Amino acid sequence: MKRRDFMQMTGMGMGALMLPSVPIFGSNVSSEHLLEPGIDVALKKRYADIALNATKSKGATYTDVRIGRYLQQFVFTRERQVQNIVNAESFGVGIRVIANGTWGFSATSDVTPEGIAKCAETAVAIAKANSKFQKDPVVLAPQKGVAEVSWKTPIKKNAFEIPTAQKIDLLMNVNGKAMENGAGFVTSNIFSVNEQKYFASSDGSYIDQDIHRIWPTFTVTAIDKAAGKFKTRGALSSPMGMGYEYLDGLAAEKIAGPNGTVGYRSSYDMVEDAILAAKQAKEKLTTKSVLPGKYDLVLDPNHLGLTIHESVGHPTELDRVLGYEANYAGTSFATLDKWESKKFNYGSKLVNIVADRIQPHTLGAVGFDDEGVPAKEWDIIKDGILVNYQAIRDQVKIIGGKESNGCCYADNWDSVQFQRMPNISLRPGTEKRSVLDMIKGVEKGIYIIGAGSYSIDQQRYNFQFGGQVFYEIKKGEIVGMLDDVAYQSNTQEFWNSCTQICDKDDYRTFGSFFDGKGQPSQISAVAHGSATTRFDGVNVINTGRKI
Amino acid sequence: MAVLSKEEAKQIIDKVLAFSKADETSANLNGSRTGNIRYARNSVSTSGETTNLSLSVTSVFGKKSGTATINEFDDKSLEKTVRRAEEIAHLAPDNPEYVGMLGQQNYLDVKSFAPSTDAINPDFRAEAAFKSIDPCAKKDLTAAGYWEDSTGFAAMGNTKGLFGYNAATSVDFSITVRTNDGLGSGYAVRDVNDVSKLDVALATEVAIQKAQASSKARALEPGKYTVILEPTAAVDLLQNMMGSMDARNADEGRSFLGKKGGGTRLGEKLFDERVNIYSDPQNLEIPGSPFGGGGGRFAFGGGGSDGRAQEKVVWVENGVVKNMYYSRYWAEKKGVKAIPPPTGFIFAGGNESLADLIKGTEKGILVTRLWYIRAVDPQTLLYTGLTRDGTFYIENGVIKYPVKNFRFNESPVIMLNNLEAAGKPMRQGGNLVPPLKIRDFTFTSLSDAV
Repeated sequence: MKRRDFMQMTGMGMGALMLPSVPIFGSNVSSEHLLEPGIDVALKKRYADIALNATKSKGATYTDVRIGRYLQQFVFTRERQVQNIVNAESFGVGIRVIANGTWGFSATSDVTPEGIAKCAETAVAIAKANSKFQKDPVVLAPQKGVAEVSWKTPIKKNAFEIPTAQKIDLLMNVNGKAMENGAGFVTSNIFSVNEQKYFASSDGSYIDQDIHRIWPTFTVTAIDKAAGKFKTRGALSSPMGMGYEYLDGLAAEKIAGPNGTVGYRSSYDMVEDAILAAKQAKEKLTTKSVLPGKYDLVLDPNHLGLTIHESVGHPTELDRVLGYEANYAGTSFATLDKWESKKFNYGSKLVNIVADRIQPHTLGAVGFDDEGVPAKEWDIIKDGILVNYQAIRDQVKIIGGKESNGCCYADNWDSVQFQRMPNISLRPGTEKRSVLDMIKGVEKGIYIIGAGSYSIDQQRYNFQFGGQVFYEIKKGEIVGMLDDVAYQSNTQEFWNSCTQICDKDDYRTFGSFFDGKGQPSQISAVAHGSATTRFDGVNVINTGRKI
Repeated sequence: MAVLSKEEAKQIIDKVLAFSKADETSANLNGSRTGNIRYARNSVSTSGETTNLSLSVTSVFGKKSGTATINEFDDKSLEKTVRRAEEIAHLAPDNPEYVGMLGQQNYLDVKSFAPSTDAINPDFRAEAAFKSIDPCAKKDLTAAGYWEDSTGFAAMGNTKGLFGYNAATSVDFSITVRTNDGLGSGYAVRDVNDVSKLDVALATEVAIQKAQASSKARALEPGKYTVILEPTAAVDLLQNMMGSMDARNADEGRSFLGKKGGGTRLGEKLFDERVNIYSDPQNLEIPGSPFGGGGGRFAFGGGGSDGRAQEKVVWVENGVVKNMYYSRYWAEKKGVKAIPPPTGFIFAGGNESLADLIKGTEKGILVTRLWYIRAVDPQTLLYTGLTRDGTFYIENGVIKYPVKNFRFNESPVIMLNNLEAAGKPMRQGGNLVPPLKIRDFTFTSLSDAV
């Protein structure tokens, strides 16, 4: 039996990094209810203090309390009809304690003084029960209390204030235009998320946050019934830490690419993308199958983000490196000795990877993490060398850190917070270079746009990635579309084959609402910025089969 | 109290339905208490317990429906929720695919609740973790594992006379053991309804043996090999295939079951004739849910809580596709029975043990587990992924040495055409799956991961 309902979504697999289904938290409510204010901040503080006092009286040496109201609106459509509108609210309290040097956690949807006090007692009881088998006591990096503060995603249009009918109109227009341009089927969705999180801890922090995210997406399918073939193309949007203004489709935020392709920065034209997607899906039905071999790859940011996520983001999570994820997501090849050497060539000298929780418009942008640490930015790979990891309060001491990087996160009030990936991005090149400039220098290559199939081993060495659209490059020019393309490589080999990166004008973010990790599995929203990047001599396989 | 009895649940649902002013109203009541303990590096890392009780009310006017949910159960709150569902329904767009609610159903009796599991407490969980950590620590190995137990119920009723109730318990346990030099890794996973059937120490011992045996693996060239997939390795590919047996997708020509020129492959022989797959909610080893969304495991294609009765269904018989599952709308449109997706499947194997299959193999690869499986091409059901936590070379019926992990690119449809043998099924993730011996399984590259 599962704690949560998972709504299976056809055509959703392209967007999710690990979870191919859409988790819906909490209870169904009306769209009007989503605009009602949650409980008053003064009451939240009173409830938090009840928990802090209750755990202290039971012997806890550290406590944090998260009172969370998590709102979601998911609008699902296919072709000319609305499939479903889900307005969901999840409200409750999660209490985490250290007692006898051991973690304990308990959560309840009974947000009353009695319910909270009982939940607090349970958390301490669990910690004490587990302490019998605890080897070393938990030690937290110090974090000064920040007293009473607040933070809000800087949005222009609250997606929850936009009438549902307006969203349906947009999606119907998207679907209609896709069908007019060759799609046999189309599903389109707008996902909106608002996390109203109140955090309090025995360090003396009382943090109120209001976080907004949005993700418009679609999948078009072109069918050739006579041949028994179908091909799809997913949206080239990115989930963003923005309001409904992301859907304004501003011309200034578009980057014109080769063969009529368009890159979107912080504004997305969903209808325009759907028209192109339908044409490209139709073209895929008759396009030629790739010849396997070595190619130079030119990777669009909307594609490369996923490769960054899997081959740099996950292996540099300190909890994985230490073995905390060994039973599920795995460990990491980026072991402590490689970091300690200060000589480990993760990539070529061009490769600079930065972690942050502060980039505007991104999914990872917050004021504070879920253990009260302020958001920041830090280097992970500098000039190709591994220089740091992502770490939280109970692990950062292992790498000599005196303070957490601020990347502790829980996906709901009833989930325990743990180390989650911040934004992990590839810094753009310092030399002026456009995508067309890059393609001109390629003798035999493939230009890949959009995230497709993705898979990587449990230590993040061997990976295989597909894409949405593939263009063959011959002697510096695009000569046509290809199909059945996937590339396989090894992380260190791949990043050391990086030979060119476009400049900041081409920089865009890719992301996912649904990065999965942990047991019980939790989701997390994460973004990855990059400019179009070239990798030389990568092994490409043909994925065509007959059944 | 998160887990209500049948009588308590019915009392609440009847009260809710009495408030209804809509054409049709249904109420779903769900409650659960879920506890877990997670450990790594031979020490507990996280542990917790969550309780939840919620009521969901759906009101329908014509083809407009609205749903509201609440977790308060006094009369005033119940009536408020019904009114809210009705308000939402009035504001909703028409759903042209709406099919009216079902009337009274005859649900099968399933044995999915075990008092022993219901009685689990934090001390019990901690003791289970200790039974797994302790033998690893004594052998200078490192354990990472996860235990989750749940007890809960699902009840549903509507104004057309339908009522169903099911209580269920479950325990999921998995353990990864690694050698301290990082060169060996082993894994075991178990799931049960009744915790008295779960031997944590024995499962841990399997993982220990695999970790020790998999150390210092040799590299073999990628290519086509005869493989023996342990049930833990076979289940994911099979589950993905079963999850793709939706009739509408096949009729629309966007599924592996779509046919060239239109139509579906229902009734066609798609697999080796020894492939027989069925589902049965009353199977005592994997008791399912009597109705869609009824407190059982995650059902393929999203389950559904429309109250359709689950029954025994044959999906593949002697290699022939016998059934696909339908939404009620699509079944009505096609004039066929609306078979819901199953909550678990049974792949009928033989009596051979894993050891027997190994003994009968001249040259092959034994695969403990597959990992990070993702669809590459939905047209052919091509998947990619990797072996993990114990991959071994077999020669002349004997395991010779551990080998490095491989990446595979393979379709379960092609795989089940290359079936050499199917052994005795065992429970895996709520399904019964045998170890499978497959020829010409496609490995496309090597991985250095341990």
